[in-house]
Amino acid sequence: MITSKNLTKKFGTKVAVDSVSLTLEPGHIYAMLGPNGSGKTTWMKMAAALMKPTSGEILFNGNPVGVESRKQIAYMSTEPYFYSWMSIKDVGRYYQDFFMDFSPEKYESLLRKMELEPSMKTRALSSGMMAKLKIAVTMARNARIYLLDEPFNGIDLLARDEIRACILQEAAADNILVLSSHLVEEMEAISDQAIFIKNGKLVEVRDLEEMRTEEQISMADRYRAIYGHAEVE
Amino acid sequence: MNYDPMTPIWLQVATQIKQQIVTGVLPPGAKLPGGRDLAVQYGINPNTAARIYQEMEREGVCETKRGLGTFVTEDTAVVCRLREEMACQAVKRFLADTKSLGLKKDEILALIQKEEDLNDNK
Repeated sequence: MITSKNLTKKFGTKVAVDSVSLTLEPGHIYAMLGPNGSGKTTWMKMAAALMKPTSGEILFNGNPVGVESRKQIAYMSTEPYFYSWMSIKDVGRYYQDFFMDFSPEKYESLLRKMELEPSMKTRALSSGMMAKLKIAVTMARNARIYLLDEPFNGIDLLARDEIRACILQEAAADNILVLSSHLVEEMEAISDQAIFIKNGKLVEVRDLEEMRTEEQISMADRYRAIYGHAEVE
Repeated sequence: MNYDPMTPIWLQVATQIKQQIVTGVLPPGAKLPGGRDLAVQYGINPNTAARIYQEMEREGVCETKRGLGTFVTEDTAVVCRLREEMACQAVKRFLADTKSLGLKKDEILALIQKEEDLNDNK
């Protein structure tokens, strides 16, 4: 379980995350939504203990996040973070050195499913292949929480299908997945909860099937209602 | 699969599976995929997948055998009833559509006959 209590992050005078309080429970895939600059990445980086809050706190199973929680919380950032001389196989070794919960067997199996050749150098990868590699190496950890920042952006339909399958394969009753995206349509069917963030503030957390049943509205409809008349990207 | 995001996803997938049951693609007693496989296959949340089997079980269309998985019911009477229900719904949708165009019953019947004849001559 992850609990964000009045979590706030300021960069100078800009408030990136503004007093966000919410609790995320195991057994769910959360879609974290909001236009660019709404604070999704900053929230994730604090949850991953890669950035300290200005005020408020973020707890993993009741304890503040830090060195210990990092062993059980896997985070995938938007920017690629591998050295260009590394092969796909090296990327796995690199992760294995860093994370106790990294499973080389799981990594190999994910690479096979995603049709990634272990001997390939990361500098030779297309953006779709890089996106798949990032997912494979992140999901190869047996973490309790997976924070995936923009897993579907800038990649073709087929790579998206493979990434979606990988995410659904790993979702379980005892783990939490948080996926940030502004590709709302991509998230409709795979997530069951939506977290709407606007200008750093939490607007609401909604159960998607409940929303469809009770109000006959989609996540995209709700997104439009919250963020104004701008078209959903 | 493309979903209508304004309609519960579990309902849309359950309807598809039921179609496969009434058409015999999934015969009585057939083993259905496990919850996780169903989620991956249809690209849906695992909780949605679990809900599909819960609802279908409640309707008697499938049953879960502990440790073995979920199976299509072997009760052919249930499948027959399901087929009738789904046919009835399809006809209701069709009538609502054609009546909204202002067609009368005899016109609708004549149109069905005409389309059928065209199909037969193909």
